[in-house]
Amino acid sequence: MTEYEAIIGLETHIQLNTTTKIFCGCKADSWEDPPNTNICPVCTGLPGVLPVLNEAAVRKGALLAAAMHSEIRLTSYFDRKNYFYPDLPKGYQISQYDLALGRGGYMDLPMPDGGIRRVNIAKLHLEEDAGKTKYEKGVRYVDFNRCGVPLVEMVTGPDLRSADEAAQYLIRLRQLLRWLCVSEANMEKGHLRCDANVSIRPVGSTALNTKTEIKNVNSIEAVRTAINKEIERQVALVESGGRVRAWTLDWDDAHQRLTKMRSKETEADYRYFKEPDLLPIELTAEWRDEIVESLPELPLERRARFMEEYDLPEYDADILTSDRPISEYFERAVSAYGGDPKVVSNWIMNEILRMLNDLGIAANELILTPEHLAQVIKLVDNGTINNATGKAVLAKVQETGMAPGAIVAEEGLAQVSDDSALQAVIDRLLAANPAEVSSYRGGKEGLLSWFIGQVMRETRGKADPQLTRELLQEALKDSK
Amino acid sequence: MSILNDSALAIAKKIQNGELSAVELLEAALEHINTVDGRPGTLDDGDPTDEDRTKVHAFITLTQERAYQQAKAIDARVKAGERLGPLSGVPITVKDIFCVKDTPSTAASRILANFIAPYTATPVERLESAGAITLGKVNLDEFTYGSSTESSAFQPSTRNPWDTSRVPGGSSGGSTASVAAGEALLSLGTDTAGSIRQPAAFCGVVGLKPTYGRVSRYGLIAFGSSLDCPGPVARDVGDAALMLSVMSGADRRDSTAARVTVPDYLESLDRGVEGMRIGLSPDYMQITFPDPETGEFRKQSLPVEIREATLRAAEVLAKQGVEIVEGVPMPNMVYGIPAYFVISRVEAASNLHRFDGVKYGYRTESDFEDLREMYRKTRAEGFGLQPKLRILMGMYVSAAQYSEQYYQRALQVRSMIRSDFDAAFDPEGTYRLDALLTPTTPTTAFKMGDVYGDSVLMQYADQLTVPANHAGIPGISIPAGLDGEGLPIGVQLLAQDFKEEILFRAGYAFELGTADAAWRQVQPEVLKAGKGTSS
Repeated sequence: MTEYEAIIGLETHIQLNTTTKIFCGCKADSWEDPPNTNICPVCTGLPGVLPVLNEAAVRKGALLAAAMHSEIRLTSYFDRKNYFYPDLPKGYQISQYDLALGRGGYMDLPMPDGGIRRVNIAKLHLEEDAGKTKYEKGVRYVDFNRCGVPLVEMVTGPDLRSADEAAQYLIRLRQLLRWLCVSEANMEKGHLRCDANVSIRPVGSTALNTKTEIKNVNSIEAVRTAINKEIERQVALVESGGRVRAWTLDWDDAHQRLTKMRSKETEADYRYFKEPDLLPIELTAEWRDEIVESLPELPLERRARFMEEYDLPEYDADILTSDRPISEYFERAVSAYGGDPKVVSNWIMNEILRMLNDLGIAANELILTPEHLAQVIKLVDNGTINNATGKAVLAKVQETGMAPGAIVAEEGLAQVSDDSALQAVIDRLLAANPAEVSSYRGGKEGLLSWFIGQVMRETRGKADPQLTRELLQEALKDSK
Repeated sequence: MSILNDSALAIAKKIQNGELSAVELLEAALEHINTVDGRPGTLDDGDPTDEDRTKVHAFITLTQERAYQQAKAIDARVKAGERLGPLSGVPITVKDIFCVKDTPSTAASRILANFIAPYTATPVERLESAGAITLGKVNLDEFTYGSSTESSAFQPSTRNPWDTSRVPGGSSGGSTASVAAGEALLSLGTDTAGSIRQPAAFCGVVGLKPTYGRVSRYGLIAFGSSLDCPGPVARDVGDAALMLSVMSGADRRDSTAARVTVPDYLESLDRGVEGMRIGLSPDYMQITFPDPETGEFRKQSLPVEIREATLRAAEVLAKQGVEIVEGVPMPNMVYGIPAYFVISRVEAASNLHRFDGVKYGYRTESDFEDLREMYRKTRAEGFGLQPKLRILMGMYVSAAQYSEQYYQRALQVRSMIRSDFDAAFDPEGTYRLDALLTPTTPTTAFKMGDVYGDSVLMQYADQLTVPANHAGIPGISIPAGLDGEGLPIGVQLLAQDFKEEILFRAGYAFELGTADAAWRQVQPEVLKAGKGTSS
């Protein structure tokens, strides 16, 4: 049997998180708002209205272009894409065509085998979103709330080779969008929408065969499953002597299956022409340079640096760069701590991430600062408190906003590491439990942990566990 | 009382002084409209009656109530001693291609006949803030697609006040006829290929197409978005200058409205024309059109009366110190109409997409199976012949396989036409013109029905005006005499971007130089005694 490889390209629509729409002053985010409440003459295409460009959309689009290593054109144009649909009130979408904001670009995806997959960007442009229609009891309704919401359409080259790679690209893109604060990138809410172009070819071939387009895939899991199903279908079809046709397929998430929407043998003619109602977007070189310079270190770059600079395992580096606040939290904690970054990483991955998860917030929203964390780790390091107390102090800091040292002092949480004080506790313990002492001495050495537990109870957890163990062993041996 | 003998400027002053009440003036205007206008255009046309044939029919909608409220407010403010705007109490009409809040805004099309605009166009808003009283919405060719106003879905269409068997020109025929017939002092029109200047010439009034971007297009139902210019129609140059001053300037709702300072046009009027260089071009003394049989371009000299009126105007200006520069070449103007045919139709077809029966306006009343059928029936029934022709042509020449051959090429022609003007106005160049003087139209007003139906020939009525729209430069048409049949002849002045001031100064100088001309004493037919005019 011939071995096949998949050739996948992704077309994404990214909703920019501007306050207002791209060509009018209406609120951009209509999530859970009643239909047709964020609309005006402009975004509903009344006769005589004109679009006026929202500069925030250009800024966010340019920032994304810079992060995708795309060239930001100093002069770009809006074009009209003409077609009829009830959710498109003007009968054309204002988009960009041949001279769009971004030109070219790429993203380097780290692969599980340690390699890099370069995904090229074929198109990156600004456009307005259309509305929504729904069909209910034989009546079609239109909601224009979404009309004019700013989008970046970004299309990759046919560079992805498996459903997993496609999913990986989306995960990395979503991470990047949030990292740059240009989009909420929530796929379920439609902030990040994806269509997948899929074709197959025998391994070794360089031909690009007829592709199908999968629409309506609204989660990363759906992208993965839908593409895998489509690859299977195409392989089975070709193996049985069939020919792949240029269909548009709809992903039915409820039934986990693909259904044919339409044949797409001929391309639609959108009769693009330059939008005469808008001036070209003219950017100065200074403005562009300022955007490029304002670009933060990107997640994949930071991930690589964390492995290099802090000697972190790939697993840790990946998690600590999953979003920008956590990566910044880590670095600030490392710098405040001054010791082994891996220790900080462990504390964050075990304690801080759980706390964030429980609270449902981002690292920058914690009351517990990275400096607090560093202080707690130091208190544990120098034996003032033990590990368990350290964890409890973290929670206390988050709860009260007090400094860790103050909490330890106020609540008397410092470890009992004074030999004589501990010895006194142990002496009392042994005197009060002669039966356990003799059992131990009779060879039941497993009782040591019971004795440790009793000491801890007596000292309310403040005893230095190592010292307790040593003193107990000594005391139990003594009387033998 | 007649409002005919005063300028808008003088009227506004009288109202401000309390010499004249805005309500009285409004009542006089309404009475006059009642006498000369006849029934307004409606969708249920029927053949014109004999009486219809003697009336102007400028209006589609008379917004009487709204006007009364505005006039009362003006009078109250005068009483309260307030300082009013420069157009206070001045009755105006608005071409029904502009949206005016809470009034039908029809574009003279069945598809928008029931559309009540929820907002007001920027130029109308500015005129009204300056105190103008909007009498109503006046007729035009459907969606401005024409040069005679005959293609309006609202019939009877407007007739020429000088001879009601003739067209007023178009598409701003309702605007120019309403001003010529003394129904309003000013009117707001639009010019995409000559739609202000050509009917201004036909009706013997002043019409100005400003520089593209001088006046905001917000609220103007678009035809050719890259060509459309709202502009003033007035009885004299001074009023046009006053009206433009009020309307012009940047608009946060229109990013193509230029952020160029607006001069006080009125103030510059009497600076004279001494030393101004004004050119004449032989290319503007003929028209070039395709032979219907062979398709070859044929040249035809303009009627002698029109050429002579233009030359006489040059002499009048020369007497006041203008240096006339002859033989200025405008080699690319002959391609103006073909290029316009392509560009305007591509934009028009796209601009008409929104009229789909989904959101507002007409939707087919017959049954439909699905969405496509609803679109088809709605548009087939709602659009008249002109929108349909323009959609067909626009869709054809912008199709992927033809776009390069037609649309892209037309854009190149457009920039060649622009460079003709750049060369003529170049201060370092051979001609160093301040303005170009040309006839406005190849003919005077033609008979109703004579050209209508021949869309190509009708389009050639704009041959002398369309180059300015391609180039984006300002142009004015001013009355310059009457032909042998007593019909007005217009001459056109064209200047560089944002040099409307030159046009006003030259136009005003011409008015002064011809103040005593016999033709200036002749009134339009509908205003002559015995025609039922109140005075």
